[in-house]
Amino acid sequence: MTDRNLLRVEGLSVSFAIPAARVRAVSEASFEVRPGRCLALVGESGCGKSVLAHALLGLLPGNATVSGEAWLKQSGAEPVELIGASQQVLARRVRGRAIGLIPQSPATHLTPVRTARAQLQEAINELGSSARADDLAERYGLRPADLDRYPHELSGGMAQRVANAIALAGDPWLVLADEPTSGLDQPLVDRAMGTLRELCDEGRAVLLITHDLRAAERVADDLAVMYASRLVETGPAAGVLGQPRHPYTAGLVAAQPDRDFVPIPGLPPELTRLPEGCAFRPRCGHATERCAESPPMDGGVACHHTLASPDLARAPEIAKESHA
Amino acid sequence: MLEASGITVRYGRQVALDDASLTIEPGVVTGLAGPSGCGKSTLARVLALMLRPRSGTLTVDGDPVLRWRQRAPRELRTRVALIYQQPRLAVDPRLTLADVIREPLTANGRPDDGRVAELAGEAGLTGDLLTRRPHEVSDGQLQRACVARALTLEPRYLICDEMTTMLDASTQAHLVRLVNAYRERTGAGVLAISHDTILLNRWADKTVDLFDPADQKQP
Repeated sequence: MTDRNLLRVEGLSVSFAIPAARVRAVSEASFEVRPGRCLALVGESGCGKSVLAHALLGLLPGNATVSGEAWLKQSGAEPVELIGASQQVLARRVRGRAIGLIPQSPATHLTPVRTARAQLQEAINELGSSARADDLAERYGLRPADLDRYPHELSGGMAQRVANAIALAGDPWLVLADEPTSGLDQPLVDRAMGTLRELCDEGRAVLLITHDLRAAERVADDLAVMYASRLVETGPAAGVLGQPRHPYTAGLVAAQPDRDFVPIPGLPPELTRLPEGCAFRPRCGHATERCAESPPMDGGVACHHTLASPDLARAPEIAKESHA
Repeated sequence: MLEASGITVRYGRQVALDDASLTIEPGVVTGLAGPSGCGKSTLARVLALMLRPRSGTLTVDGDPVLRWRQRAPRELRTRVALIYQQPRLAVDPRLTLADVIREPLTANGRPDDGRVAELAGEAGLTGDLLTRRPHEVSDGQLQRACVARALTLEPRYLICDEMTTMLDASTQAHLVRLVNAYRERTGAGVLAISHDTILLNRWADKTVDLFDPADQKQP
């Protein structure tokens, strides 16, 4: 695992054809994920963030149209362009080997009729890995005896650890965690976030997908905020959350219960009929006529009215907190 | 007051709740914290008359609950409403969002009188969304409908069981505001169940702990 590993996504768009409409799930997303760093992709449910993750692994259904590029560069190997790659290339070189997926709700992701060990061993065999199931179990906080249980005999936290062990059986340098904390209580969320941080500290890259700003704040080095299929703000996590520059990010930060606890007015738009121009315009207090034109991503923020720090009266205080 | 006293619940041999007591006062948001598996959701179901405890008593504004679930007198049952963590498991997938909100009225043979539209508006659901079925909306939109549904019969007590755990910060703030507005208007009592102590600190007037003996000494 050297610094030559890199995932670079450029102009990635995904849309789905459904009867009488087109769902634009991801619009021109660009970002990079590097070893030793965690990038959190945050946004509310239905904004397209899980679709983005699945596009990288070639796991989208047949009605999806994907464009853009996602280059997976690895030391000692030819770079792979994930979007155009065949299922064969993805299966033999990418899934489980370069990119491990920690799924949403691991308890339901596991096959109910087979033991955890059978499923972990299958992953090891398929990947041709030299790892031993017991070692992997211990490494991710399970007793080897726990592996002999069926999924319904595992607690939520144990199922999470089994999913982690399976995702990491092939020693991938990039870990993709899709809402890994949904349905877990706070101690388990803390534990899951701790595990992701350890993976980063071992030199892996982590792409965390979550709606939970507080979880993202705890573990992420970098943050990408997604709204209605588009990335609207990216940058170092402390900066984005401490001093948000996009009005949507500022609204999300202010809505937290330990801040102003005030909702953003209105609802996000339907992905089948995104408004022309800035999709946040109908809910934005700063919107003007210029917003009828789609704002380009510029310096980590896509907004015609980028908030300077004086716009946020509390910004200096928040910035100090997040650096603490 | 909604008063549960000495509630014990067993699932088979498993003791889910052992001699738990809790009081919800009208007009007050009572927070209930505790780790997963400690019986919070079981207690929520008992309080909503949806689960008969092995032992213990429940009274709603002084009226003892003697029968549970569909056997409970309708007038008593509709005084308490429950909002679940996962909206997708709590709605009939065949109903449109408007019908989801209307369901309690229909079940009780009451007319709509514009109530559905009013509640939907307060929940931030408009026009087209109300004609959709659950699979066509996001978790946040569906939970908005579930909160509106819980308010249709004007319950005296509202049990919110991890109501916002799956939602983003903005939707959470909106739904909490909606419940608070209802409480202020009607003087209803609210039980806010959550593992999120930061949320409870902000939302609840007082917080109780199922495992704290001091909280269990309530009359």
